[in-house]
Order: sequence, then structure tokens, then C-alpha cells
Amino acid sequence: MGMALTDLANPTRFLALVARALPWLAAATAVVMAIAFYLAFFGSPADYQQGSTVRIMYVHVPSAWLSLFCYAVMAVASIGTLVWRHPLADVSAKAAAPIGAAFTFICLATGSLWGQPMWGTWWIWDARLTSQLVLLLMYLGLMALWRSVDDPGRAGRAAAVLTLVGTINLPIIKFSVDWWNTLHQPASVFRLDGPTIHPSILTPLLVAAIAFTLLFVTLHLAAMRNEILRRRVRAMQMVAAQREMPAGAEPVPGE
Amino acid sequence: MFGSDPHTGFIFASYAVTVVTLGALIVWIVVDHRTQKTRLAALEARGVTRRSARSGGVSS
Repeated sequence: MGMALTDLANPTRFLALVARALPWLAAATAVVMAIAFYLAFFGSPADYQQGSTVRIMYVHVPSAWLSLFCYAVMAVASIGTLVWRHPLADVSAKAAAPIGAAFTFICLATGSLWGQPMWGTWWIWDARLTSQLVLLLMYLGLMALWRSVDDPGRAGRAAAVLTLVGTINLPIIKFSVDWWNTLHQPASVFRLDGPTIHPSILTPLLVAAIAFTLLFVTLHLAAMRNEILRRRVRAMQMVAAQREMPAGAEPVPGE
Repeated sequence: MFGSDPHTGFIFASYAVTVVTLGALIVWIVVDHRTQKTRLAALEARGVTRRSARSGGVSS
């Protein structure tokens, strides 16, 4: 385990591992996603109350789970940046942010498209919806922070602090439906007394969740690879700029 | 598939939002990978190497 972590701390070895794993992960994602969509449209019955609108849950709920899971990954990576200074930690956090933002946006959009026919409103400022919107704003804020600081190391440390401060929102999102009187229904899958959903609907939901998780892992590894290459390009551009600088010229302070 | 469900439009709109958003994310990541590979190749063609690569290191 220790050896494996040491190996992964080396970006070149990490890139080699990603090159081997990505085709398999992409293929597995495509297969499971195809099964999930088949079950969602053809293998799932209409709900006795929601009718076919229950099919929106097969993209809404996994997106909601992934929006939280992605932020949790960023929080762990942030600890890796601040405590262990792991070379891939802030690469992981930065690569995860746009993916988390995408899942959060899908969660909010599909929730709105479900809310209009079921609740009679596109949006309501209840605790669950508002805290989920705050999560989207946090993802966008972190992406903006990374883009606003040139040095990846400084940007990574600043973003790590902000990410860890933002983790306070995760339990608020999860338990908002228990702590406050919300229009959003309480948990129906992850409950101490077990899921309250019929297996004919729970099965497609869990398959969709596996498909979305595989997609997240695939995209996250691919985005981490891009970020490592981007940093190599930046390092080489700085070497090229120094080499091409006229003799005796001094670098501009701060660059 | 949905019989006479009156909310078919909402269902298809939800899946459309999901497919378009995730599709855009996938395309962005693939294009970004090609862009970085092209930039790296152009720098290597100019004879630029990373300090860590020159010293035998392997850091990013």
C-alpha cells in the first residue's frame, strides 16, 4: 500500500497508470451507462404516484450523489495538499472541480424539471435546494480562484483552504431535509432502516449510480492527466523564455 | 414507452440536459488533452526540455 502510494506520487508513473486504465474505464462506463439508460426507459415501471416522471430520478439522484462525492474527493485532496504536500493532491482537486460543477448543475436542472410537474414549481428557496445551489457556486468560485492565480502551487494551497472551509456545506445538504421543514422529500435510499423504494425502481437507480460513478472516475483521471501535461507545458515555456532572454536581462520580479 | 404520460416533455428535457452537459464535459476534456499534447510536442520540437527531465527526475 505504501509502495503503491509512493508510485502514485510520481506524476510520470501516474500518467502511465492512467494510460493503461482509461480505455478499460471508458469501456466499462459506456456499457454500464447503456444498461442504466435501458433500465431507465424500458426496465422500470411507472411509479404509482409520479407516473413516468420517476424516470427523471435515474439521472437526478446519481447526479446529486456525485455532486457531494466529488466535493468530498476535493476535500481529501485538499488535506493532501496542505498536510502531506502530495504532488498530485491539488492536481486531483483542480481536475475534479468542473466535473463536480457539471453534476451539481445536472442535479439542479433535472430537479427543477421534476419539480414543475410534481410540486407545481420550478424552484423554491428551501434548505435542500438552496444548499445545493450554494455547492454549485462554491465549485464555480474554486474554478475562478484556480484561474486567477498563475502559480499552480499557490493557487492549490489557497483553493485547498477554501475547499476545506466549504465542507461545512456537505452535512447541511445531506441533513437539510431532516433539520428543516423542506418541500424536498427526506432520504429514501441511505436510511438507517433501509431503503423505502421498491426494488423495481431501486435497481435502475443503483445501476445509474454505478454508471455515473464510473463516468466520474474516468473523467477525473483524464482531467488529472490534462492538468499534469498543462503544468509540464508551463514549466517548459518558462525554460524556453529564460533561454531566449537576452544576456544580462533580469526576469521581471514576480514572474 | 411512457404511454399517455402528460409529462413526457419534462422527462426528455431532463435526459437532454444530462446528455448535453456530460457530452460537453467529455468533449472539453478530450480537446484539452489534444491541446496540451500539441503544445508539448511543439516545445520538444524546439529542443526545450524540463529541468527535472534533464536531471533524470520525473516530477511534473
